[in-house]
Amino acid sequence: MPECIGWHVIFITNSRGRQTHKREGGQSVCGAVVACHFPENQVQTIRTLTGVRMSSSANKPVISKKIDSHLLSLYEAFHFMGRFFREVVRGPFEFQELVRQCYQIGYRSLPLISLTGFITGMVFTKQSRPSLMEFGATSWLPSLVSIAIVRALAPLITSLISAGRVGSSIGAELGSMRVTEQIDAMEVSAVNPFRFLVVTRVLATTISIPILSFYCAIVGLMGSFLDVALNEETNIVAFFESAFEQITFLDIGSALVKAVAYGFTIGMVGCYKGYNAGQGTQGVGRAANTSVVLSMFLIFLEEVAIVQVTNWIR
Amino acid sequence: MIDKSTQPESSLPANTEMAISIRELYKSFGDLHVLRGVDLDVPKGKNVVVLGRSGTGKSVLIKIISGLLTADRGIVKVLGTEVSRLNEKQWRELRLKIGFSFQNSALYDSMTVRENLEFPLVRNVKNLSRAEINKSVEEVLDSVGLLRTINQMPSELSGGQRKRIGIARTLIMNPEIMLYDEPTAGLDPTTCIEINELINEVKERYHTSSILITHDLTCAKMTGDKLAMLLDGKFVRQGTFDEVFASDEEQIRSFYNYNFTENKV
Ligand SMILES: Nc1ncnc2c1ncn2[C@@H]1O[C@H](COP(=O)(O)OP(=O)(O)OP(=O)(O)O)[C@@H](O)[C@H]1O
Ligand SMILES: [Mg+2]
Repeated sequence: MPECIGWHVIFITNSRGRQTHKREGGQSVCGAVVACHFPENQVQTIRTLTGVRMSSSANKPVISKKIDSHLLSLYEAFHFMGRFFREVVRGPFEFQELVRQCYQIGYRSLPLISLTGFITGMVFTKQSRPSLMEFGATSWLPSLVSIAIVRALAPLITSLISAGRVGSSIGAELGSMRVTEQIDAMEVSAVNPFRFLVVTRVLATTISIPILSFYCAIVGLMGSFLDVALNEETNIVAFFESAFEQITFLDIGSALVKAVAYGFTIGMVGCYKGYNAGQGTQGVGRAANTSVVLSMFLIFLEEVAIVQVTNWIR
Repeated sequence: MIDKSTQPESSLPANTEMAISIRELYKSFGDLHVLRGVDLDVPKGKNVVVLGRSGTGKSVLIKIISGLLTADRGIVKVLGTEVSRLNEKQWRELRLKIGFSFQNSALYDSMTVRENLEFPLVRNVKNLSRAEINKSVEEVLDSVGLLRTINQMPSELSGGQRKRIGIARTLIMNPEIMLYDEPTAGLDPTTCIEINELINEVKERYHTSSILITHDLTCAKMTGDKLAMLLDGKFVRQGTFDEVFASDEEQIRSFYNYNFTENKV
């Protein structure tokens, strides 16, 4: 038996041929690993759930080839996330780069978020009016709209827009840095590329998206106010008083939790896909593309989960 | 954990005269066996030129030396340290002494030339004043003859300029070892000669030991103290330029002929 079997080695067989464990991509792919050697004459096949990839077709998959590779990428993703938390705790911090990223990610999204938030608030008000009018309850418009915007629309719209705008650009940027060996260049110059590139970007999205969501909610309510003011008798104080009447601490709390989770997801997915991009320009394109698709998918899953939990608490 | 019985550790030179010393190095990617028992010594203060066809694993070799890839088997000693046992912190310390000039320069394209050069410096040397940083940057840029590009973006530079900036970025850390991956590829003959002169100058001025990968025999002749020819995952011949090309082996001849005889007008 080899002496280096860690907890992550899950399958060992004897088979024909030479030592078959291979590790691709070196240290940057996945830190924890079996890097061990066997006596020449000993014949081993080791299959692990780490960055170690089996390539010989003689290897029998653990479950099936496809499921194996999914499990493997899941493990890699969680490993990547674990590394993020370790690096955040350990410091030191690339503060300047963090500020630059917050500016890129947060500040430069403002025009787009303003426009979408404003229009959403206005359109939502317009569409709700006829139904409320049937019951003669148009005075409920502000609180109806504000509940919808604060609880659901603002975090969701903000994060979906950011997934498109920010997620793809993080994926493409890190992907092209990987492909053109800029990440390797950082590594060999004794700079930790993970800390400089990944930690700053994930923190920037985690900080920016909640702030943008809050901003989006305010702008959305302004859009709604404009529509209400044009159609009903109101003034801005009365509108906002009635808008916030129904909003509870739980609403704001859960919106905040959502926004933080979405921000983290966008940054993490973009960085993970970009940092581990495949070779060539195709790798860059795929990193950008899958960043958007995967983070949107995860955002919806999180939305369902958080809403469910909030309803239990309520 | 390496099984010691299979490692020819005893064959390593005992003294520290070698900057890099490699024994029985193996590396595969899946079923592709790239390196199959590589042995190489780089004496201190010498330039060793590695020749070989495209895809023979020359880049892989120097990536293993700098820790970007891990070997499957074998011993790699860099400045007397066996690299397979290094942890993250020890790697960082060792890498401060290694300069790596990438095949495609790998300049950070979101940063200016100045920021590219500062990047490793400010993160590895603490408590430098602004004036000291500027001085180092300007000094090293001047030594590659590109001081005027200091505020330009990498995308505005030519291939040869990018190569030289890439070399400057590693020189700023005063490396003891330089790894050049095809420094003259894709450049015109005059620029090639400039780069070759730069490489020799670096050796003189910074007292570096280097591995230099190239397909260009003029470059090999100008800069190499020793040549090594990689064929089928092994070094088939090592020695001075004339020793290596005294061989009758067909692959070596064809390398030589392409560079020197057939192309003569
Ligand atoms: N990270 C990797 N994953 C899988 N295969 C790789 C990896 N890096 C290199 N290879 C393979 O290893 C072989 C050697 O690659 P390498 O880049 O060392 O060639 P090279 O000798 O530098 O060639 P060139 O002169 O064209 O640069 C190639 O066939 C390549 O496909
Ligand atoms: Mg190469």
